Amino acid sequence: MNNFLDFEKPIADLEGKIRELEGLEDGSDIEIKEDIAKLRQKALHQLEQTYAKLTPWQKTQVARHVDRPKLSDITAQLIEEFTPLAGDRAFADDKAIVGGMGRFRGRSVVVIGTEKGKDTESRLRHNFGMARPEGYRKAQRLMRMADHFSLPILTFIDTSGAYPGIGAEERGQAEAIARSIEVSLDVRVPMIASIVGEGGSGGAVALASANRVLMFANAIYSVISPEGCAAILWKTRDKAQEAATAMKVTAQDLLKLKVIDRIVDEPVGGAQRDVPAAINALGDAIEEELTSLVGKEPGELREERRRKFLAIGRLEEG
Amino acid sequence: MNWLTNKVLPKFRQLTTKQDTPDNLWVKCPDCGQMLFHNDLQANQNVCAHCDYHLRISPVERFEALFDEAKYDLIELPEVPVDPLKFRDSKRYTERLKDARHKTGDIDAMKVAHGKMNGNAAVIAVQNFDFMGGSLGLAVGEAIVAASKLAILQKAPLILFSAAGGARMQEGILSLMQMPRTTVAIQRLKENRLPFIVVLTDPTTGGVTASYAMLGDIQIAEPGALICFAGPRVIEETIRETLPDGFQRAEFLLEHGMLDMVVHRKDMRETLCRIIDLLGTKLKLPPAVMKNSDKKTVAKPSVAKEESAAASSSKK
Ligand SMILES: [Zn+2]
Repeated sequence: MNNFLDFEKPIADLEGKIRELEGLEDGSDIEIKEDIAKLRQKALHQLEQTYAKLTPWQKTQVARHVDRPKLSDITAQLIEEFTPLAGDRAFADDKAIVGGMGRFRGRSVVVIGTEKGKDTESRLRHNFGMARPEGYRKAQRLMRMADHFSLPILTFIDTSGAYPGIGAEERGQAEAIARSIEVSLDVRVPMIASIVGEGGSGGAVALASANRVLMFANAIYSVISPEGCAAILWKTRDKAQEAATAMKVTAQDLLKLKVIDRIVDEPVGGAQRDVPAAINALGDAIEEELTSLVGKEPGELREERRRKFLAIGRLEEG
Repeated sequence: MNWLTNKVLPKFRQLTTKQDTPDNLWVKCPDCGQMLFHNDLQANQNVCAHCDYHLRISPVERFEALFDEAKYDLIELPEVPVDPLKFRDSKRYTERLKDARHKTGDIDAMKVAHGKMNGNAAVIAVQNFDFMGGSLGLAVGEAIVAASKLAILQKAPLILFSAAGGARMQEGILSLMQMPRTTVAIQRLKENRLPFIVVLTDPTTGGVTASYAMLGDIQIAEPGALICFAGPRVIEETIRETLPDGFQRAEFLLEHGMLDMVVHRKDMRETLCRIIDLLGTKLKLPPAVMKNSDKKTVAKPSVAKEESAAASSSKK
């Protein structure tokens, strides 16, 4: 763990000290060994304390952490025989959205997700997880295919939003997102969406209009970025912390609002500290939800999904 | 109008500025800068007589211009939770709502009416930019759900005039959820084989464009309307380039295949009446045509329509 967030400084200091002592230690000095053990205990305690009471803005920072689980980590760990499928059959293959088929805990599924990339080269290739219309059209194509072959759809979302560019607008970014939501609400197979890091606006909901929406405990999901909201309503991006709080972007808030269905706990100190453990927990949650959905009638799956969204934010069922 | 602009207006301009025009009798065209007499502008459905610039028009004025004999009934819209997030920026959201309600006399940014268009039943929903930028929140979402229900009940097409700066940020994620919610409303309409016609007006942006406003069976826009997902400023900040002339305007979208047509406001009623007439469930082909032509090409669609009519009547 080298990438510390600003509020993690005390933890970073402690871990720095531990590393220093470990460098001194030659295996014989019992006192140093004890010191290291104490410091480890202290660091862990500090980490637990810090992560137990993260503010919405701190969660935003965690959700954007460069070491958060990426789609490539998830497919590698959870999807056997992952077989990526490319292209929208109209214009291009948008690598900000990766999709394909594979086997999730024994069951054949279609996987679709945004990919931010891990290093400069892959970040550029995946356009930092900001999809263009082709990405959403590829997603539509794969959802239709899943429907055709009765395969459950698993989506994974980690994006700051759809890409705001000239070409993207020319080729109908809005229509591509609208249609992606429409197809999501049309398919008659189980669909489970997981918000892994950032769930940024229309670019996220395009893949998250699902039977079940799961969310990592430190992920965020919002209509606009806190900075964007602050710039418009407070007239300065410096008020992003206030905006993050006011907009209710955390998993805990969204569960209360019934916008999401389930929170997936992260390892102490966030998913970025133990990516395999985090992905495993996510896999368990998805498996449970999927098991509860697979027996249902195709028409029922679609109708339930639609009713679920219609019920959000309503005074009463109507 | 011409004698006025040619003779009176130049003098008038010298004497007054925009601020001290008496009782807002004059409106300056935002595009060509001409001073337009309020009554003339109103008679012209808020379109500049000089340059055809389409100024904003209120939902009521639209209803009057579109329905037969300007007769229509507004529907009462379902109540929604007020300020569900207890949102406050520099001002409380409840205060902003109060101001907008005072300014417009409306409860929120969408009005829904039904009436006849060229004798056919029609439901029209109009989004009001003057109410908090027309923004999409719980109330607008619920209005679309209600409009869709009404259209299904009346077996009528739904015509929706969109106008919005995007989502109602003060409702946070619940405004984002209106994208799938309104999509479900439109799906219900489509599954009843009722036309959904969208007229995009200036401006239609963000989550509104990226949901119901792009899901029409027929996509129409008013001339010059800004229609986009990401706003021009956001794009300029991202790519650090100035945008080409006319970018994201209605004509640009038409050119790029995103619209069926751009329609001048004066032709809107006629166009919409014709479309709903052509798409309507009534049998439009005269019997003579059916007898004389190849059954495979002409009779087939009418049979399909009879079947769907029979199916829907058998449900009763
Ligand atoms: Zn003009």
